[in-house]
Amino acid sequence: MGFVYALVAAGLSLIFGLMELVNFAHGEFLMLAMYVAFFAWALAGLDPVVALPVCAAALGGLGWLAYHGLIRRVLGAPMLAQIFATFGLGVFLRNSAHFAFGVDFLTIQDPWLAGRVSVGGLFIGLPQVGAAVAAMGAFLGLYLFLSRSETGLALTATAQDRQAASLMGIDTQRMFALGWVIGGACVGVAGALLAMFFYIYPDVGGPFALLAYVTVALGGFGNVPATLLAGIVVGLVEALAGLLIPPAFKYSVVFGLYLAVVLWRPQGLFGRF
Amino acid sequence: MKRALAALLLLAVLAFPLVFTQPFPRHIMIMIFLYGALATAWNILAGYCGQISLGHAVYFGIGAYTSTMLVREAALTPWLGMVAGAALAVAVSQAIGYPVFRLRGHYFAIATIGFGEIVQTLVLNWDWVGGARGLFVPIVRPDSLLNLQFHESKAVYYYIALGLLALALGTTRWIERARRGYYFRAIKEDQDAAASLGVRVAREKHAAIAVSAALTALGGTFWAQYVLFIDPESVFPLALSILICLVAVLGGVGSLWGPLLGAAVLVPLSEGTRVMLGGTGKALDLVIYGALIMIIAVFQPAGLIGLVRRIGRRAAAAATGARRESAA
Repeated sequence: MGFVYALVAAGLSLIFGLMELVNFAHGEFLMLAMYVAFFAWALAGLDPVVALPVCAAALGGLGWLAYHGLIRRVLGAPMLAQIFATFGLGVFLRNSAHFAFGVDFLTIQDPWLAGRVSVGGLFIGLPQVGAAVAAMGAFLGLYLFLSRSETGLALTATAQDRQAASLMGIDTQRMFALGWVIGGACVGVAGALLAMFFYIYPDVGGPFALLAYVTVALGGFGNVPATLLAGIVVGLVEALAGLLIPPAFKYSVVFGLYLAVVLWRPQGLFGRF
Repeated sequence: MKRALAALLLLAVLAFPLVFTQPFPRHIMIMIFLYGALATAWNILAGYCGQISLGHAVYFGIGAYTSTMLVREAALTPWLGMVAGAALAVAVSQAIGYPVFRLRGHYFAIATIGFGEIVQTLVLNWDWVGGARGLFVPIVRPDSLLNLQFHESKAVYYYIALGLLALALGTTRWIERARRGYYFRAIKEDQDAAASLGVRVAREKHAAIAVSAALTALGGTFWAQYVLFIDPESVFPLALSILICLVAVLGGVGSLWGPLLGAAVLVPLSEGTRVMLGGTGKALDLVIYGALIMIIAVFQPAGLIGLVRRIGRRAAAAATGARRESAA
């Protein structure tokens, strides 16, 4: 689960680092990605593994739309207005899903990855293993893109200093839009992976989004590799807490961990502000 | 002119329940007053002191639960329960404030969300206070002010909610003009500069959250007595915390009348769409609600109060222009 958390949080972290804006509709993006995976399976018979690129493309498109339709217009606005623009988007998307898809819990039957494997006596569901591997792969791809390719470097430069980057001839508007596309695509992949072993319903994004905020803040806003580490920590803590104490409290432990860490390091583990 | 208009408005508000005897318009007004009071309380911490809390449901819930538990276990009047709830909320706010006030910006906001979630989980699993099943406020008949329960008419609730709102607005007004209010705004503008000028930042933030939490808890007790049933899902959720600041942001943060204006717009809007479209079970009302929030954020990021001020200025300019013309 940690890897999936990390991937969900990566998109959030990327967007925040780029324009210091928290996307409060992130959980709804994830929810839509899961629905895309579901319909790809229900209508076209595509397994979530095959539908991965479809989900990534669809959510990337949604990110692009969200940026050009909404975010671009509130860039200069106060932080609170930005919070509410994305929050409103979240309410809108979640309830549109209610409206369009109903509130039933949906599952994908018989995905390719099913059953479980035994690792040294521990049974782990195969879908979870596949999700972890794929999420790791996606993360690696994201990291290489950001640190190796010219566009990725331009994106990183924009995140570090908007004005300096635009003086260097980088089209920051395009980079912002690109950040939203990539952030959306990350969520798209995560959604397709989650759809293999999780119920799909309109409110599914909520807990994941909360954990994503904690993950991002734990790693430090705007630091994508740190998000991976923080995601793994959150996943592990959640799983261990679920084993040791009543499962109802496991999210409390995750939030408690975050509070403990920021007490010691107010900027998160690896944050730069 | 302006004063006469204000007096007229006040009179209209006071006479409202006499004219509208149906429960529904009264309910809408009560909700406007309640959310106006909550958003005004939030505004003291966030709008004046700049600390954007997304965990104010904690104090609301504490107010609701404290008075209800005291009614159930000790048969204490909710009025005293209200005071006790506010005191407990202040104590909790100081404990929460100690760690979270070291954080800034988004880290602060997310830490307050974290505390909100932790408190909700604790209450959900605490059997003595009813756990996930929630608590009923014991029904007492006949209606009495002492028991703060009125089954025959909503009129008394109306005036109590109005009183709460007046208390919140009065407190804000007082802070706005006091020395402390200037400290708050200095912290909001630039915490480091304020500290270097000798403002004791931590102490001022604790003062701001104490006032804000106490007023929010009063609202919580009122809510418990109004609906007579509380559970963690209704008084502690993150959605409530966000709704409180949404109301304030919609109206205009950091202004005296902004949060009330936000409540006056948002409450009829959400109740209206709920009544007109909510019955379909398709959540269409919330789709429209979400879309409206986005539209307001895009076109009126400073809140509706900015719009009102602009119109007011234009009207004033038109009035002086007309006067000048008539003089010439």
